[in-house]
Amino acid sequence: MDETVVEFIKRTISKIPMTEMMTVLQAWDFLSENQLQTVNFRKRKESLVHDLVLLCEEKHASVDDIALLDIIYTQFHQHQKVWDVYQMTKEPGDDIDPFDMKHFKYSFKKILQRALKNVSVTFRDAEENAVWIRIAWGTQHRKPNQYKPTYVVYYSQTPYAFVSSSQLRSSLPLLGQALTIASKHHRIVKMDFRSRYLDSLKAIVFKQYDQTFETHNMTTPLQERSLGLDINMDPRIIHENRIEKDRIQRVTREIFGDYPQPRLEFAQYKLETKFKSDLNGNILAERKEPLRCLVKFSSPNLLEALKSLAPAGIADAPLSPLLTCIPKKRMNYFKIKDK
Amino acid sequence: MSVLRPHDQLPGLNAATILLVGTEDALLQQLAGSMLKEDCASKLKVHLAQSLPLPSNVNRPRIDLIVFVVNLHSKYSLQNVEESLHHVDATFFLGKVGFLATGAGQESHCSIHRNTVLKLAQAYRSPLLFCDLEVESFRATMAQRLVRMLLVCAGHVPGVSALNLLSLMRSSENPFLEDL
Repeated sequence: MDETVVEFIKRTISKIPMTEMMTVLQAWDFLSENQLQTVNFRKRKESLVHDLVLLCEEKHASVDDIALLDIIYTQFHQHQKVWDVYQMTKEPGDDIDPFDMKHFKYSFKKILQRALKNVSVTFRDAEENAVWIRIAWGTQHRKPNQYKPTYVVYYSQTPYAFVSSSQLRSSLPLLGQALTIASKHHRIVKMDFRSRYLDSLKAIVFKQYDQTFETHNMTTPLQERSLGLDINMDPRIIHENRIEKDRIQRVTREIFGDYPQPRLEFAQYKLETKFKSDLNGNILAERKEPLRCLVKFSSPNLLEALKSLAPAGIADAPLSPLLTCIPKKRMNYFKIKDK
Repeated sequence: MSVLRPHDQLPGLNAATILLVGTEDALLQQLAGSMLKEDCASKLKVHLAQSLPLPSNVNRPRIDLIVFVVNLHSKYSLQNVEESLHHVDATFFLGKVGFLATGAGQESHCSIHRNTVLKLAQAYRSPLLFCDLEVESFRATMAQRLVRMLLVCAGHVPGVSALNLLSLMRSSENPFLEDL
């Protein structure tokens, strides 16, 4: 078998952590149960990988088979990639035929192959009428680079696609074109919305976050964590600002709801505004050009952190709409200019 | 404008009440809890307030000691304390007010310099205590100190008054500016 393919198999299998090895291989369904039983999973990883590679060679695994394994690995490790959100639109007079997955896949692949000659495209269907697409990019003269693929998760009943951020910026326009044409849309636009947590992006984009939301690592809100005992019950502690506290809780609940917030890691604000100052004769205020400034908020769970700011006494309630509009506007990258 | 005065009311029998003023409710609650764990012959009460002035038309016992809590990580908490200080009568500052600064342990998160709170405490002639309230053991020790201070300020310790305690607590390392 081709050396590069063997290397590809080896590197892909090596990525999988030992604890997930069996699960991932079973999901892949390329090696049969019998074959998997012949392998000793208690060996050291290097040796186990070697055995698995031999089995794949025996079965004449193709690049496409390995690419499928790579998709499954990525599905298990979604947070290793940063996902961008793209929105497609149709023109009013456009095709309103029901979506045909087969036609989409055929068309998508064809468009990329016509443009690049060397490109590997692999599909894997997922729930909710979604399809995961893995694209390894090559050029007219070079074979596809299997180690820098782009992943696309397209929800066919919606105009949204989630694309893993990649360094290969030159491939983006072609990818956009392929997606748009194959799905019978007219335009594609990149939303200012990005995160490692695909689930959260999905929940916000499809407006599903106001139900009980399952995250893999749910952090408890700040105020619950910091109160060790139920000190509220001790009658010797009196809250003087009970009314204010209740108001803050109410306002926070109105804005953020009672449910756990979807998980985002950052929000970025690019400011291009003139400097405003109360003091006269300030050098900065006299500048004709606007000041440029970047403010970035990061957190393991940004929305939960924002939710707990006012109850923790760190900020006034209600919070600035620039912060609270993130789920509603489906943006976490903002450009603020003077009106 | 409602201003807190130390002798507005008669003291309750065997009662000692402390008022903790600070923006971070969770920290104040924890400190209150730690203080109330102490064994003490007097009846302790802890009032927690975000800021002053306190809501009027409320029946509250005489306040024996006010402690203003500043989080060195938050300029907002300092600003809040500075504004609240205006609602305290001058006579309170004869030993019945203290400042507590928390967060000094995490230097990288501090946006207020130690000296700022030091100058504030000196300006009001009141003691300044440092304690990382988030650390349980430090908090427990500070709670013990505050209970002792409270008992003195409430007059429950024979022979020691709030003013005595104040002069005892003046640190010789940081003399008041006029003394130099």
